[in-house]
Amino acid sequence: MKKHHGTNRRWALLVVAIAIALIATACGDDDAATPADVDDTPAADDTADDVDADDTPPEGFRFGLILVGPENDRGWSQAHVEGGQYVVDQLGAEMIIVEKVNPADKPDITVELVVDDLIDQGAELIFATSDDMKDGIIAAARNHPDVPMIWSSGDSAWADGQAFEPGLTNLGNIMGRMEFGKMIAGCAAALASESGEIGYLGPLINDETRRLVSSAFLGAEYCWEDAGNAAGSLDFSVTWIGFWFNIPGVTLDPTQVVNEFYDSGADVVISGIDTTEAIVRTGQRAAAGENVFAVPYDFEGACAEAESICLGVPYFNWGPEYLDVIESAAAGAFEADFVWAGPDWSDINSRSSSTIGFVPGDGLSADDAATLDGFIEGLADGSIDLFTGPLNFQDGSSFLGDGEVATDTQIWYLDQLLEGIDGASSAG
Amino acid sequence: MNSDTIRTAALAIGGSLLLAGLLFAANGENPFEAFKLLFEGSVGSRAKLSNTLLVWVPLTLAAASLVVTFSAGLWNIGVEGQIIVGAIGATWAAREVGGPSFVVITAAIVVAIIAGSLWALLAGVLKVYGGVNEIFGGLGLDFVATGMATYLIIGPWQRAGVASTSGTDLLRDEAWLPKIGDENISWVSLALTVAAVIGVFLLMRGTSFGLKLKAVGSNVHSATRLGIPANRYMLIAFGLGGALAGLAGSAQVLGFHHKLVPASSGGFGFLGILVVLLAAYRASLIAPIAFFFAAITVGTTFLELRLGLDSAVGGVLQGLLVLFVLLAGGWQRKRRTEAASALAPTPSAVAGEG
Repeated sequence: MKKHHGTNRRWALLVVAIAIALIATACGDDDAATPADVDDTPAADDTADDVDADDTPPEGFRFGLILVGPENDRGWSQAHVEGGQYVVDQLGAEMIIVEKVNPADKPDITVELVVDDLIDQGAELIFATSDDMKDGIIAAARNHPDVPMIWSSGDSAWADGQAFEPGLTNLGNIMGRMEFGKMIAGCAAALASESGEIGYLGPLINDETRRLVSSAFLGAEYCWEDAGNAAGSLDFSVTWIGFWFNIPGVTLDPTQVVNEFYDSGADVVISGIDTTEAIVRTGQRAAAGENVFAVPYDFEGACAEAESICLGVPYFNWGPEYLDVIESAAAGAFEADFVWAGPDWSDINSRSSSTIGFVPGDGLSADDAATLDGFIEGLADGSIDLFTGPLNFQDGSSFLGDGEVATDTQIWYLDQLLEGIDGASSAG
Repeated sequence: MNSDTIRTAALAIGGSLLLAGLLFAANGENPFEAFKLLFEGSVGSRAKLSNTLLVWVPLTLAAASLVVTFSAGLWNIGVEGQIIVGAIGATWAAREVGGPSFVVITAAIVVAIIAGSLWALLAGVLKVYGGVNEIFGGLGLDFVATGMATYLIIGPWQRAGVASTSGTDLLRDEAWLPKIGDENISWVSLALTVAAVIGVFLLMRGTSFGLKLKAVGSNVHSATRLGIPANRYMLIAFGLGGALAGLAGSAQVLGFHHKLVPASSGGFGFLGILVVLLAAYRASLIAPIAFFFAAITVGTTFLELRLGLDSAVGGVLQGLLVLFVLLAGGWQRKRRTEAASALAPTPSAVAGEG
């Protein structure tokens, strides 16, 4: 019996060994066939973001894009892909994408490991495109001090910032001044709302999201009261799901949160998460006869989920800044700068110059659309400056005194939501 | 009968590779190129091998844990939760215990082992004294463990000013397992894993404890009649299995994420079930099979990078493998039954031959 066992164990091990050997042989065979494959592979790659599998040095500059979500999320991650694609179109550079880099989708992967792989593949500049990648990209930048990297939405290269890493001369930051986009979103929501109750579908709580929720609130409050409603009568609440997108069993379900907003009297939901649940669910409820509207986020084409109830979308156009940094890296002149790029007020929807844009949606009436245009003009010429005091924090303490204008650091590191917003400023 | 196991494994591996190759081809990719990339991406360099071993450690420990409980006839689906609770225990110790690396790491590993063990015993007590099937108990406790981790991450252990389910702050440097050179894998977790596998192997093969455990596993009632305290043996199996799972949790926290994340178990508790199925519950086979699975998991990144294939392809390969094992096993059994009935000298069989 014992002998039997031993023999068979050897057999079983042999099978595993044979399987591995088979794969190895396949590789051996394939080495000879590589030149033929090189011809095949580009033909098979018909989508723009695929990378040629050949090992020949590329003509163009090769850069890697690490996404927190799927590349076609019609939100945050896809906006980065579009930005990268803009560079590909402009420069003939090559883009390598790794999507869904987060502990829920890929528990066996870290940002550091992905960066190692991308550099193996010849990437000369790496974009880590989520706030969530902070620890990983800082460690990766330390591991590869000669490879320029960008942590999008981060503050590690900001000399005035709280997380400044002066030693990391190969890690820069790029972010857009989405405060303006969110103010416009808030204004559109207030113009369309009849009940005066607006829900904000929040992701997780941090400096960035407190800043953006507060901006949406300021825009909404301004347009609500500008339309003749009583001061303080706007009901603006935020519910945080706990991450940038839905992770079943871990975050709140965003669709459920949207339902709860509408069930409790809201008639507009502004999305702050990476994905499309707010506009999708709003579209379904509108189709069932409810008078509800949504403002999606991040991605220029986001209104396409439900055109008729879309009030418009504030979006990121990463292309121009990504082009700049890739050009300087390709010229060997990369600097670890902190870039916080605003809208190009002469044309906020310019592909080539405006990092922040806003596309009005079909859900907006002609009158409201005209009012919104006026609001945008006011932001552009500075006649409307919403981060001006008096403004209080949620706990009643003073954020800005009368007439005081917030500095960049005050806006970036807003450590509480503003007074007038219902919802948590931090957890616990 | 054991040569059947071999044939089953050969059929399964061959069949799944063939089907996977067809899938690659259907996607317009050269299957050989894809397998080559899988190979290169998992064991093609020191760094890749090290990353594969990073996955191998928790997967092997989870499988070792399952071998113990399966031997006692227990479907311990709760390994996933036990890994998470081990990870929570390790994180707690790493946050609370001061002193040099050796002290912190030892404390974190010991706490993780105890935590995983107690969590498993909870499922055991539910089973033995509450009559709750361990599948349901374990699954329920998995959800509770995830909930606890999420609560700690977004609540008491949140990063300053941040409430995100993404993870806690990084642990202080003293709590990081020492690396081998520049590679990500640590000799500490490798040594502990190898020791655990050998320990489980010896326990199951060479001790009366292992024999009695198997007796309980094959038939509780006869085991009891033979004077084996079945309940106690089942509880010990839970406790041992949980200890191994807890150890896996500590490896995830101290050697891989360096912080607590909600998914710190990485699904290895469930993947471990596939490994053990493929190993036919034998401790001697889990290490190589887990390595094969780990290589597929890690190598898949290369398929995504180079061929633009979806990263889910690794899971598809592993699923195919197990599906084929089950199919081949069923086919073998069917053939055996048919062969047995054909050999039996029944009148109908004789008539059939005539």
